[in-house]
Amino acid sequence: MVELVQRTTATIATRGRSLLNRDRVLGPLMLSPAVLYIILLVGFPFVFAIYLSLTDATVGRPVGEFVGLENFRQIIQTRSFRTALRNTFIFTFVSQTIILILANILSLALQRDFRGKGLVMFLILLPWVAPVSLTTIAWLWMFHSRFSLIDWFLNKLNLIEGNLFWLGRPDLAMIAIIVVHVWRMFPFATVILMAGHSALPRDVLESAMVDGAGFWRIFFQIRLPLLLPIMSVAVLFSTVFTFSDMTVVYVLTRGGPFDTTHVLSSAAYLRGIFGGNLSVGAATSLFLFPVLLIAAILILRIARRTEVT
Amino acid sequence: MAASTGALLRKAGLRTGHAALLSAFVVFTALPFAWMLITAFKRDSDLYNPNNNPLWFNEPPTLAHWDYVLNRTPFVQWLTNTALVGLAVIVITLLLAVPAAYALSRLLGSWGERLGIMIFLVYLVPPTLLFIPMARVISSLGLQNTLWSLIVVYPTITVPFSTWLLMGFFKSIPRDLEEAAMIDGCSRLGAMVRVVLPLVVPGIITVVIFSFTLSAQEFIYALTFVTSTAVKTVSVGVPQDMVRGDIFFWGPLMASAFTASVPVAILYYLVLDRFVQGFTTAGAFK
Repeated sequence: MVELVQRTTATIATRGRSLLNRDRVLGPLMLSPAVLYIILLVGFPFVFAIYLSLTDATVGRPVGEFVGLENFRQIIQTRSFRTALRNTFIFTFVSQTIILILANILSLALQRDFRGKGLVMFLILLPWVAPVSLTTIAWLWMFHSRFSLIDWFLNKLNLIEGNLFWLGRPDLAMIAIIVVHVWRMFPFATVILMAGHSALPRDVLESAMVDGAGFWRIFFQIRLPLLLPIMSVAVLFSTVFTFSDMTVVYVLTRGGPFDTTHVLSSAAYLRGIFGGNLSVGAATSLFLFPVLLIAAILILRIARRTEVT
Repeated sequence: MAASTGALLRKAGLRTGHAALLSAFVVFTALPFAWMLITAFKRDSDLYNPNNNPLWFNEPPTLAHWDYVLNRTPFVQWLTNTALVGLAVIVITLLLAVPAAYALSRLLGSWGERLGIMIFLVYLVPPTLLFIPMARVISSLGLQNTLWSLIVVYPTITVPFSTWLLMGFFKSIPRDLEEAAMIDGCSRLGAMVRVVLPLVVPGIITVVIFSFTLSAQEFIYALTFVTSTAVKTVSVGVPQDMVRGDIFFWGPLMASAFTASVPVAILYYLVLDRFVQGFTTAGAFK
């Protein structure tokens, strides 16, 4: 009896071991914990967000009744939502344009080697590698109503007198938010572009130089076209990060003055978490989804196209 | 002769222009950090005098703000919380991402590559899309207002990106090595643990640092799930609880923001090249 048990456990063990040696068994086995985790904590909450947006659930009444698209219909009609939607697009579009220009200039300037380049790289990348909620506090202090460093400089240059009250005026507050977004994201776009520059075919650049092509000609006719795929990668990622961010707005203005600087995510936070209106908050957040989906599809398409060639 | 002097001048001019351009960029990126540091050592009477040059110590520097931060705020507690969350997130991330990346790059054939990029795209799902349903999930698990809420949720960001990064590392290791080990009698798992894992240590270090810095940087989930001062991480404690009402303690605020952000920045900077590689290969720009 004992012998039988020993023999069966032995065969089970060897069979188990040989099963584990089969890629088709071992592969899914090793992959499944990560996939399960993602399904449970990303997939499920996403479906749950859609469900919440179709009900009238609140924190006090977590199981709401089905109301169809009523939340979306109502949200679209509110002025605060339309402001938030408009701001989200303005912040993203304006900052991405500036980021693209700055990153192109800087990545080109960093092609040349010089002494202290490592330190310069570190200082330039600081905004991207430091925690954004903490560095935005430094900007809050830079834009202070009375002791703003920027105002002090402008006063010294005799451009203004007194204070500008950056975060107290809607137009300046919008500019301030864009400045911080650009400041944080352009170093990221720069390093991605630098990776692109260093992957350019040396021989093409050199033969163009030998043929007498000038700096600008090489830049516009050789570098720029070859860099386009990686440039779109940089812009797509940077767009996703800026579009969905609420940290900068939250720390800098909390949506103020007079709710003029809210973005979709901060508006969703205000209604859904702070105000406890789960359904309206979830519906507001979901307006982020179409743009994120488009960005993801574009990233996939770029990936596939470069794979073929 | 004249031509070469002209060329020399041109070259010198270009070099100066180049230096000026880079300096302008460095001032833009680093000025907020410089001002954090200066503010952190300035006396209040110096800080809040609009006639003073803000970038200069008009009165002798002081350590008062640092003393305040260390002894009269929960700053050290927040740092400890951040470290605890970071360590736990590292462990979970490694346990999930290492086997997944190995399976995707070695065992699942062409499906692996396709699934891999799908998993990478999960990294792009922003917290602001999911924070409201996630808050319900966290509270139904009974984790609201605990560090566990962050420990459970942060791997949803770190696992997808780490899996993708590690796939790149696994792919760079020749299959022959494992096959040789398997012929020598190692099982598949044995070959992976004994032969392959030691070779991807740089990748694992990248994942460790990435997971830790993410835990230290994340703001939105931390803001949503944790409300008590004692359980906050540093990225949400400093901006929320050191600003009381309309009175700003700029000295202590800058001292703590600088202390918490610069070490994280240095760590992140160390693995930045590999991190960027993750993005550029996602565009399959090889």
